Amino acid sequence: MMQLQCPFCGYRPENEFDCGGTTAIARPPIDCSDEVWGDYLFFRVNPKGLHAERWRHTFGCGQWFNVVRDTVTHEVSAVYRITESRPRALDP
Amino acid sequence: MSGYRLSAPHGAWIDRSRTLQFDFNGAEVRGFAGDTVASALLAQGIVHVGRSFKLHRPRGVFSCGFEEPTGLVDIGAGRYRTPNTRATDIAAADGMTAKPGNAWPSLAVDLAAMNSKFAALTPAGFYYKTFMWPDWHLFEPAIRRMAGLGVAADGPDPDRYDEVSQQVEVLVIGAGAAGLQAALSAAQSGRQVLLLESGAHSGGWLASQSLQGDASATHRLDDLTRQLAAAGVSLRVNCTALGLYDHQLVVALETVDDVTVRERLWKIRAERIILATGAIERPMLFPDNDRPGVMLASAVERYATHFGVACGKRVVISTACDSGYAVAASLQAAGIELAAIVDYREASAEDAPTGAKVFRGSSIVAVSGSRAINRVGVAANRSGNLQTIDADCIASAGGWTPAVNLYSMAGGKLRWVEDASMFVPGLTLKGIESVGACAGAFELELALDHAGATGRGNAAPAPVGGLGIVPARNTPTPIALAMLGRRPGKIFVDLQNDVCVDDIELAARENYRSVEHLKRYTTMGMATDQGKTSNVNALVLMGELTARTPAEVGTTKFRPPVKPVTLNALAAGRTGERYRPLKRMPGHTWHETKGGLFEEFGGWLRPAAYCKNHEEIIPAAEREALHVRTHVGIFEGSPLGKIEIYGPDAAAFLDLMYVGSMSTLAIGQARYGLLLREDGVIFDDGIVARLGEQHFWVNTTSGGVDRVALAFEEWQQCEYINHRVLITPVTSSWGNVTVSGPKAWKLLAAAGFDESLAPTNMKHMTVRELAYGGAKVRVMRASFSGELGYEINLPAPYTQSLLERLGEVGCEFEAKPYGIEALMVLRTEKGFLHLGADTDGTTLPGDVGMDRGIAKKAANFVGRRSLLRPAALDADRMQLVGLLPVDRTSRLPTGAHIVTKQPPAPIDGFVTSSAYSAVLGMPVALAMLKRGFARIGEVITLFHLGRTLRAEVVKTPFFDPKGERLEG
Repeated sequence: MMQLQCPFCGYRPENEFDCGGTTAIARPPIDCSDEVWGDYLFFRVNPKGLHAERWRHTFGCGQWFNVVRDTVTHEVSAVYRITESRPRALDP
Repeated sequence: MSGYRLSAPHGAWIDRSRTLQFDFNGAEVRGFAGDTVASALLAQGIVHVGRSFKLHRPRGVFSCGFEEPTGLVDIGAGRYRTPNTRATDIAAADGMTAKPGNAWPSLAVDLAAMNSKFAALTPAGFYYKTFMWPDWHLFEPAIRRMAGLGVAADGPDPDRYDEVSQQVEVLVIGAGAAGLQAALSAAQSGRQVLLLESGAHSGGWLASQSLQGDASATHRLDDLTRQLAAAGVSLRVNCTALGLYDHQLVVALETVDDVTVRERLWKIRAERIILATGAIERPMLFPDNDRPGVMLASAVERYATHFGVACGKRVVISTACDSGYAVAASLQAAGIELAAIVDYREASAEDAPTGAKVFRGSSIVAVSGSRAINRVGVAANRSGNLQTIDADCIASAGGWTPAVNLYSMAGGKLRWVEDASMFVPGLTLKGIESVGACAGAFELELALDHAGATGRGNAAPAPVGGLGIVPARNTPTPIALAMLGRRPGKIFVDLQNDVCVDDIELAARENYRSVEHLKRYTTMGMATDQGKTSNVNALVLMGELTARTPAEVGTTKFRPPVKPVTLNALAAGRTGERYRPLKRMPGHTWHETKGGLFEEFGGWLRPAAYCKNHEEIIPAAEREALHVRTHVGIFEGSPLGKIEIYGPDAAAFLDLMYVGSMSTLAIGQARYGLLLREDGVIFDDGIVARLGEQHFWVNTTSGGVDRVALAFEEWQQCEYINHRVLITPVTSSWGNVTVSGPKAWKLLAAAGFDESLAPTNMKHMTVRELAYGGAKVRVMRASFSGELGYEINLPAPYTQSLLERLGEVGCEFEAKPYGIEALMVLRTEKGFLHLGADTDGTTLPGDVGMDRGIAKKAANFVGRRSLLRPAALDADRMQLVGLLPVDRTSRLPTGAHIVTKQPPAPIDGFVTSSAYSAVLGMPVALAMLKRGFARIGEVITLFHLGRTLRAEVVKTPFFDPKGERLEG
């Protein structure tokens, strides 16, 4: 079980959180093509290595935030608020 | 009868002033406080304690720790029984009962021992190869009876268990010399330290050296222990680390006592973890090496020093490692007769103790006696020269296997050390270090220096070494075996699973190369001991047979738990209602007095119906539903999901959430709405009422409120971040009492509700806030039954008294409670959607006729774009329709398939809801049917469990299609 750092509550065990998958996926407009909408709904990258994802501190403050996590080692290299951008140094 | 109790002072861990007595297989066993079950058995000379898993050969106690492969017993009886637990790992207790796990009908006469006579017929993979035809399941019951070990408990475990989470700076696992030193140094450098010890006492290997001539080991240990207490290290004994998980989380199991809590699960998060888990001795391989009386040499030594038990009257030490000589010295010091040391190697760095007979370059090739040893045959590896020695115990010292389980679970890779024939940690991990024997450091002074430095935070590579030369292979040579002049006995590699050298050879012949495949094919390294004493021997053999080094063969994956754990310890008391507490409605007591039959609906205990004497639920529900149509019914809807939405952008936000528009609601108006997932599938439904310009009251399904509130939050926090909205789930704060039926208003008026609520003054789908009985209530005119209906929302604590009052004044109007089942009948008669019954994970709003007005709506609500995908526009989609049986009498079962030809064939649809409508005098049903809206009037065929039914497709609602009854 991982330990994650909620930006509002600090370090807490993983079972207080829920993972919402890849973060910062832009929602396409209503007039987008079926293909664009299909990509948005169903297709994800699933990288081996760094992954920017969003987590909710469900059994805590209830807030969503972003995490850059290595999917192999679980090492967390950044935690930032939902409205903030991924740190430049960690760009894929 | 070969083992016996040594006189004091031998036996540092037992208290000779406190005797105890327990039952083993009907025999009375006496021991002392501090004994394990195994040490007490050995002291009484009981060496045969069980039968093996597959061949049912007699087996005895093999080790002195949780690595035990054979000394498995069932402890306790009835509901208290714990099967297959290790006699070496369980403290003996006065009055306990212990039974051998796998012996039928008795230990001495085991009928299944015939298996061992046919051992040649049951090699590895025997079951896979033999019982394939015609079907494994034919043979399975008999084989399962024959195989297997202990017997499970007879019922729920009455013992208590708990769980504690803990955060520490430094966690040291293992309180042997290295662990003690590391913990001490860490504490002295100002860190908060927790030290776990699996056994009852600290000291590890060092504690077992106290018998030898100089007392330095004892002094050293005493000194360390004293300093440790002064430095403030907390030591937790009888606590085994079971697993190491992500981000330095260790789960450990503490055996507490049988009075307060039997076992406690610790979840410990540490900034740094120092592993000091020691090493497990590796046994020698020789024919009949499974006989009771063959034991690990370190175990023989520990039974003498810790428990004052001699495991035999004449002990032969079979060794391939210098550590065998130290054991010889300990045994001599304890006054135990040493028959001989049989060293596999030609030379040793150690000197044999004075007077000990040493056979160098020799192996044991024969063991006489089946339930106890009496003689041992020794042959020289080169010449084959054969001699016989009288002995009743063989102490086996084939080298050491560092306990790298936890290191490996943390993602560590192993390195093979050629001269000592062992795997050691091969790379450093963040925040996790290994010290002492588990790091491969066996030279005491060097290991302590390294442990001390590591404890202080100056990690350096471990000083691997200190065992001398240990050959990887230690089986007797063919020349030595040939001297027997007969077929040698079986050489067991894995004692627990009866895996022999032959089986590994067979696997190699059949081209099993991966160690993981070898494990599964032969069962080597499986079950309760997970091959702790057998894996390295098996890998070495496999390597030789396939011309690879052990490093190339590799190890199987180490997985938690390090030792078996009871399921109840993991559950930690979260069983029964504590596993998932049931929610009770605020009016629960009232329903009890009315004879409500409670069932669980979405985690809530709710009355399914109020059955009169011996009435079944279904007839009761039909009666209650009819009563609502003719009189008035009282229903508690408190679990109904309730969310308050506040804020300047509340209306705009709800327009983005719902299929329908909520911004057009006037204050005091309410509207039914559908919620979709982003893929367009219906996700929840309910009524939204506007209480103020910036305040909405959202009702959801009873089971869906948590996920709806979470979805609103997610959209608000992650997508519509500029919408100023506050989302507050308030379900349990509000009670909900629903009154339905033609006399609903009469009942409320009699109960003193304000005239402004009368149907003439208050329209359907409107809401009023007013005071009633001292509480602020929200009354909504809404109906899930099609009758005049009022939903009275009030502070939860007032629910019970309102129900009582309505019940009292309701006598005059024959007001009666109705349950969930009656509600389902009423809504089915009206064709109202029940989420999760009529919809599934594919249902779109258009499928249930609820896509009207979407085109005119401006907001890009959740799921909207998905309704334009080709799959959503497919003309063949299933649609919700009504069904009436052609004969107007047969109930159409829920789940019945609508077919066009004799099954098996693709289906056209299925029944989603079904009820007998008393008011209509016939059964009615709802169904999802392909192109259903266009098929009204068609007669279709239903197929259910071999039965065929015919039904007519009709429009809903079945009852009161014009909705006139809403006005009472």
